Amino acid sequence: MTITLDSKIPNGPVADAWNTYKSDVKLVAPGNKRKFKVIVVGTGLAGASAAATLAELGYQVDAFTFHDSPRRAHSIAAQGGINAAKNYQGDGDSVHRLFYDTIKGGDFRAREGNVHRLAEVSVNIIDQMVAQGVPFAREYGGLLDNRSFGGAQVSRTFYARGQTGQQLLLGAYQQLARQIGLGNVRLFNRTELVDVVTVEGRCAGIVTRDLMTGEVVSHAAHAVVMATGGYGNVFFLSTNAMACNVTAAWRAHRKGALFANPCYTQIHPTCIPQSDPTQSKLTLMSESLRNDGRVWVPKNADDNRPAAQIPEEERDYILERLYPSYGNLAPRDISSRAAKRSVDSGRGVGPLKNGVYLDFSDAINRLGRNVVEERYGNLFEMYERIAGENPYDMPMRIYPASHYTMGGLWVDYELQTTIPGLYAAGEANFSDHGANRLGASALMQGLADGYFVLPYTIGNYLAPMLNKPIPGTDHPAFKEAEQAAQQRYQGYLDIKGTRSPDFFHREVGRIIWDYCGMERTQQGLEKALSELPALYEEFQKDLRVTGDGTSLNQTLEKAGRVDDFFQLGMLMCRDALEREESCGGHFRAEYQTDEGEALRDDEKFAHVAAWEWTGEPTKSVRHTEELKFEAVHLATRSYK
Amino acid sequence: MSNHLKNLKLKIWRQDGPNTSGRFEDYIIDEISDEASFLEMLDVLNERLISDNKLPVVFDHDCREGICGTCSLMINGQAHGPERRTATCQLHMRKFKSGDEIVIEPWRASAFPIIKDLMVDRSAFDRIIESGGFITAPTGGAPDANLIPIPKPVADAAMDSAECIGCGACVAACPNGAANLFTAAKINHLNVLPQGQAERYKRVEAMVETMDEYFGSCTNHGECEAACPKEISIDVIALMNKDYRKSKVKNRKELSRG
Ligand SMILES: Cc1cc2nc3c(=O)[nH]c(=O)nc-3n(C[C@H](O)[C@H](O)[C@H](O)COP(=O)(O)OP(=O)(O)OC[C@H]3O[C@@H](n4cnc5c(N)ncnc54)[C@H](O)[C@@H]3O)c2cc1C
Ligand code: FES
Repeated sequence: MTITLDSKIPNGPVADAWNTYKSDVKLVAPGNKRKFKVIVVGTGLAGASAAATLAELGYQVDAFTFHDSPRRAHSIAAQGGINAAKNYQGDGDSVHRLFYDTIKGGDFRAREGNVHRLAEVSVNIIDQMVAQGVPFAREYGGLLDNRSFGGAQVSRTFYARGQTGQQLLLGAYQQLARQIGLGNVRLFNRTELVDVVTVEGRCAGIVTRDLMTGEVVSHAAHAVVMATGGYGNVFFLSTNAMACNVTAAWRAHRKGALFANPCYTQIHPTCIPQSDPTQSKLTLMSESLRNDGRVWVPKNADDNRPAAQIPEEERDYILERLYPSYGNLAPRDISSRAAKRSVDSGRGVGPLKNGVYLDFSDAINRLGRNVVEERYGNLFEMYERIAGENPYDMPMRIYPASHYTMGGLWVDYELQTTIPGLYAAGEANFSDHGANRLGASALMQGLADGYFVLPYTIGNYLAPMLNKPIPGTDHPAFKEAEQAAQQRYQGYLDIKGTRSPDFFHREVGRIIWDYCGMERTQQGLEKALSELPALYEEFQKDLRVTGDGTSLNQTLEKAGRVDDFFQLGMLMCRDALEREESCGGHFRAEYQTDEGEALRDDEKFAHVAAWEWTGEPTKSVRHTEELKFEAVHLATRSYK
Repeated sequence: MSNHLKNLKLKIWRQDGPNTSGRFEDYIIDEISDEASFLEMLDVLNERLISDNKLPVVFDHDCREGICGTCSLMINGQAHGPERRTATCQLHMRKFKSGDEIVIEPWRASAFPIIKDLMVDRSAFDRIIESGGFITAPTGGAPDANLIPIPKPVADAAMDSAECIGCGACVAACPNGAANLFTAAKINHLNVLPQGQAERYKRVEAMVETMDEYFGSCTNHGECEAACPKEISIDVIALMNKDYRKSKVKNRKELSRG
């Protein structure tokens, strides 16, 4: 099949594109909006903001989440902050600078048009959230406070203590709750999307499974939005919430939505290192800590003295040494690799020698304990609770962990996937962060998509459908999808093997982490691509799910999610193998500069790789969308 | 370095569904690292149950970072267990010792029916928020965020209340199964902010009355504050009550104005 990936960016200068689009876009008259049903899957930042706004506009909205309440989505866990080009600090920020930083941070692998729009609407997000009552941090004069984050030389990050994601999600949730209360949104909680249905090439609706009863049901709509988050849990251990998974996006992919850049995953430099083999997840320590914490390891391998006894001249402040102009605020991919190399060279710290120090003693001396406590108190407490050590007295230990996925469903400028009528928003799409996401930009993107982009672009698709009938849930395509879903879940129960879904999840995660993690090689990826299908076969033969499919069964839910992780994992490795360059979070050891930095190949790889499902996980077909750089020049990323 | 706990005796509430009766069952954990979290200890148990061809224990959890409010266990009669300011998922086995008996139950409250084993239905909380726990601010119409300065102490007070994670420990700990701490925290968050003033009295009236439909009434035991993993202060309840009383007067005046 030949597929042309048309990004649909309006012609003309990128800075004018969004205004041009908005003035040309087709509209649905207010009175007609209620004739359209829109399904929103996912009620995190992207989904809740989209569902609430679409309902406010007058569309009939059905929202789905597998959580018990929209307030629980993974977005709640974001700690550090949200970027916006407000330039309230007068330190030289602008829409253009945020745009440029994001393109550069993404190592020139994102689409200019989308990123520029993101920077433009960032300012509206802050206005919107303040109007909704989000209690952002403030200065004594009552104005909003900012901090700086990795990959930026300005202070543009808004925050609410160490719980920015919580406060933003509660804001969006409250707006959604209002629409639910008014009867404009129907909420289906504890309900999981298990398939996407297309009729004549258009998205006709979805099939869901009620997690409490196992009941499989179809839902028809004029358009469907996937706001189902990222797939970082493919690594098993990650900073993502336990329930995060790829199923929704993957099921859309299998029905014809191309999946873009699956190998672009972000490994976050500041997480608490693993301490125990039973560990189920890793905890992030916000990047904002790098504003005041200094990263170091002992100069000598096998220095087993406690941190305090290692004199200044025997410490290696790795980031300050390697990247003097950004220092401890170097971007995530770069900082992560620096930590990995220190540990690999035997200079790791902590009982398992699997971390590096993040030291606040200078900050405490300079600013006083009170200021440090005000800024980071709850993070310090969280660290102490988990690691059992007090960071006021001894440096934190940190190590990189899977955190965010830049890859996702391919979408055009309108956030439409390659299936007409199916949209993807938030972390579930691939659009704005290229090969590496800057800190505090995911919350911004989720809310931009949900509040300020989708409500315009969906109308453009719906307008010509006015008063035309759409396929109902009695259409054979729905019936087939329902049956397939029932068989799929019954199938897991019928295997009656010996190993749990978690067992397999750990194993897939280990393979992906070892070969498709922070550093990748051709040899390693080929090894993964031979090990994964073998393990997948074992999964299909030896899985054990106890219980039944007609009542709440968490093991069964997990089985479906692990199945999809397997298929995704194989695609990640293929994508990483074919991208013979290093860029952002994708670091191929074969392609590096003499100084060990990522070496891009713009000639061959200044494109998006978008994969088409063909029926077998290892046989997907790679398509490309060329990336054009008109407003910025392709340059080697340097943070020195 | 990590130490290992031996021979933990677990007594866990098992219940097949909302309409069946439950019972305690006993399990032994032979050995577990004190670095493991409480929920990881249950993960280990569940892996064993699956390998013995039995049904794993159902419990709710997600972020395992103390922020999503999904985890919800009564541990030895205490909501979220023995450590103050700590949600179940953040509790670590180093708080226990070898040979301990640990009783694990779901939240017990009539407004939170049991779904299965240790999982309960807390959607009554969502009903309270839907009835008024928001500021009406349709997308797109907001003025510049710095237009209205908010004194830092006010913003901080709003944030202190807004930290609530909606876990329901306050209800579970309350002898009356009241949701006053949860409801008051949300009301106070919005009612102290300038942006929240327009709907202040309408909000408090609607939310308090929805709360009363589902939950028991508050008799000032104060157990909620002690159980709250975010240590939301019980003072917010007094503020809510004050606004509620005022609302009766104000809202009536508005009505009579037509
Ligand atoms: C620990 C941590 C800290 C972070 N800190 C920051 C930060 O400081 N700043 C920043 O900008 N970003 C941060 N991020 C990233 C950011 O939080 C996420 O990228 C963002 O919140 C994702 O939002 P979302 O709406 O796309 O998805 P989510 O919030 O993940 O929501 C997904 C939704 O989809 C639903 N769902 C998924 N699959 C299905 C299905 N099959 N059926 C039904 N429902 C489904 C879920 O129930 C949920 O409602 C952080 C991430 C982590 C892990
Ligand atoms: S699992 Fe999220 S608060 Fe405990």
